[in-house]
Amino acid sequence: MPALLELKAISKTFPGVRALDNVSFDVNPGEVHALLGENGAGKSTLIKIISGVYRPDGGEMLVDGQPVQFTNPGQAQAIGIATIYQELGLYPELTVAENIFMGHMPRTALGSLDWKTAQARSRELLDTLEATELDVRARVGTLNVGNRQRVEIAKALSRNARLLILDEPTAALTSRDVDQLFNIVRKLRERGVGLIYISHRLEEVFELADRVTVLRDGQYISTRPVSEVTEPELIRAMVGRTLDNLYPKLDTTPGEVVLRVRDLHRRPATRGVSFEMRAGEIVGLAGLVGSGRSEMAQVLFGFLPADSGTIEVFGKPASIKSPSDAMRLGIAYIPEDRQRQGLITPMTVRENSSLAVLRQMVRGPFIDRGGEVSLAHSSVKQLDIRTPGIEQLVRNLSGGNQQKIVIAKWLASKPKFLIVDEPTRGIDVGAKAEIHRLLSSLAAQGLAILMISSDLPEVLGMSDRILVMRQGRLVAEYSRAEATQEKIVGAAMTEGVSAVAEVPTP
Amino acid sequence: MSTLTVSRQLRAPNPFLILLNSQEAVLVIALVVVTLFVTALNPRFLEFGNISDILSNCAYVAVAAIGTTMVIVSGNIDISMGSALGVCATIAGTLSVNNVPIPLVFLLTVLAGGLIGLANGFLVAYLRIPAIVVTLGMSSILKGGLIIATQGKWIYNMPPGFALSQGNLAGIPNPVWIMFILIAGFWLYLRYTAQGREVYAVGGNTEAARLSGINTRRVILRVFILNGLLVGVASILFATKFSSIQSNVPSGYELLVITSAVIGGVSILGGTGSVIGALLGAIFLETTRTSLPFIQIGGQPVRAEWFQAIQGTLILLAILIDIARRRRMR
Repeated sequence: MPALLELKAISKTFPGVRALDNVSFDVNPGEVHALLGENGAGKSTLIKIISGVYRPDGGEMLVDGQPVQFTNPGQAQAIGIATIYQELGLYPELTVAENIFMGHMPRTALGSLDWKTAQARSRELLDTLEATELDVRARVGTLNVGNRQRVEIAKALSRNARLLILDEPTAALTSRDVDQLFNIVRKLRERGVGLIYISHRLEEVFELADRVTVLRDGQYISTRPVSEVTEPELIRAMVGRTLDNLYPKLDTTPGEVVLRVRDLHRRPATRGVSFEMRAGEIVGLAGLVGSGRSEMAQVLFGFLPADSGTIEVFGKPASIKSPSDAMRLGIAYIPEDRQRQGLITPMTVRENSSLAVLRQMVRGPFIDRGGEVSLAHSSVKQLDIRTPGIEQLVRNLSGGNQQKIVIAKWLASKPKFLIVDEPTRGIDVGAKAEIHRLLSSLAAQGLAILMISSDLPEVLGMSDRILVMRQGRLVAEYSRAEATQEKIVGAAMTEGVSAVAEVPTP
Repeated sequence: MSTLTVSRQLRAPNPFLILLNSQEAVLVIALVVVTLFVTALNPRFLEFGNISDILSNCAYVAVAAIGTTMVIVSGNIDISMGSALGVCATIAGTLSVNNVPIPLVFLLTVLAGGLIGLANGFLVAYLRIPAIVVTLGMSSILKGGLIIATQGKWIYNMPPGFALSQGNLAGIPNPVWIMFILIAGFWLYLRYTAQGREVYAVGGNTEAARLSGINTRRVILRVFILNGLLVGVASILFATKFSSIQSNVPSGYELLVITSAVIGGVSILGGTGSVIGALLGAIFLETTRTSLPFIQIGGQPVRAEWFQAIQGTLILLAILIDIARRRRMR
């Protein structure tokens, strides 16, 4: 039996770069084939070729053993190839059924739109995806990310997709939605659909995939059955070298109390939070998306000033009404969305790295240019930021390097207490390990670090202590030794939690 | 696309492309081309007196374009400069004919501009009303208020010391001195001071700027106040050009100022741009306007109305280039 899809020696060159070089890949019906690689390895280019967005320069593509050439995405769709991108392609103002049948709405005998059939068939499709509670007449804009993804999958199935490409489908999902997605993927596999699964999270690959193909710098590296590979092997294939440890946590002895928070309130997401942090500690803050983790951090940083409660910094009561108040107290906050909240993208590496200490860098009327340049150079060196120079615009750098610049900006302010929100989201394995090493060594130098993360292995691997948040409250605390993935997930989710978990993401 | 990013970093920089990426360089080239072209048609164009006139005539635009540069870089817009200019010019004229000492007249005029800027800035920064709405409203209020207060009467017989724009120092007209001094000062301010850097940070990404400890509201308020003060200065240059002041609002002034800044490379999306570019933009516009009567088509000089169309084309072209440039960056 021929493969559902087979790529032979595919190449694609963009001006100045070989994005794909002689890459072969195939998917069988009823198979989940994971595609792994660091950012820039060529995964996106490959799926864009499969879905008809790009045309390859060389090589051959076969569907059911027959050579095909797509000149536009419509042709790929017609042959049964559907892609679910990270940024979902739905119309928020239209209903679920309208989205599912966008462009191929069923017609009545008279030629008018047949809403009844559209709704009934949408219902059937969603039922097969176990989304029985999802109303087909609801506006898509009111749904959470998990449900939108289900609508997107239903839309693909409505066109009889035989090959489904999932591009980082879990990046924005809560862990509950992730479980449901996995069920859907398994179901589709049983039905004979072929799936290409792209993710940075290796544990998902092991849980879900049958085979895994690794790309690196546009080159094909290997294809192996998942049952025959180990995680270190995959990482080595992706990074091209051995990463001794993804979570290089050093042992530290917690010092004096840096921060003490009592009964902190800020409606609606922070409700009566109390905890303390000591110098040298990394405290992991886990919880579902929407549990109030980021909001609580932003309360501590003065971005969303508290309604009530007390914050003590080094034993002294502190009033934090704005980020500049927080900075004066030695608090730094590395936000989760580095594009939106972390970087000034039209600015250079130099200008970004001095931004948090600009006022201290002034000599006479002017910014001390020499001091700024040497700060930028030392940031680049300390964090191993890969950039052609300090005058490079930050928007031209990769995600991992951008994240390092945001960290550099805050380290320049010499904080005593650092809040990092999803420090490694969307960053490839190599850069991830580097950022972990950096956090660990900062803690060893006496910095107190509050690390918010949805990546449980990261929380478990990097934290001295773990706090779990649910519905705006701290509901559990575990030491490094006693914490397990199950305990954290259990504390983060209980019955009736869905109201909070379903907060739609903007 | 990260792969494309890599290619951009690896490719050796092409000097020609770098030049084209600098709007200032493009404008200088355009200025030379227009000047040579018009001079070839009519050699009188390049006489010293004419060049001096061009610079002197565009000063009141260039000075306000400094303020507009800051406002646009900070991610905002001001379309009330025309009305503010009319109001300030009328205040200057009225005070001077009522025997207020001339230095005090000038000071109060600039402060009046600052006050208008303060009102705009407060509404934008602290009440969070979009700048286009605030300044549109302000423009209407000022325009209406001015006509109610003066009935559009002309002001004559200003004292002799009032005619600042008509004098010169070392053979260079006063407005040119004032323009170059302010441009130099604000160039240093925006490029080398912390306050200047903050303007770019707020326009580049307001949320990231605020999370970096910058008081973004104060930055926006400050930008609008400075803009207002500069419009005040521009209004003095404008009011002292002639021996009478018509107490109403000059039409199309704000478009002239915004066009100067935008063709000078100030991105309408905020975050980038320089006052040098805005100055070159103002000079280029004035050169184009002045050159029209020097060009003969079919024995007739080009009609002045063409300038409106040329100006409109230039602003659209400049925005198109800006957008294309941003796309390429991605």
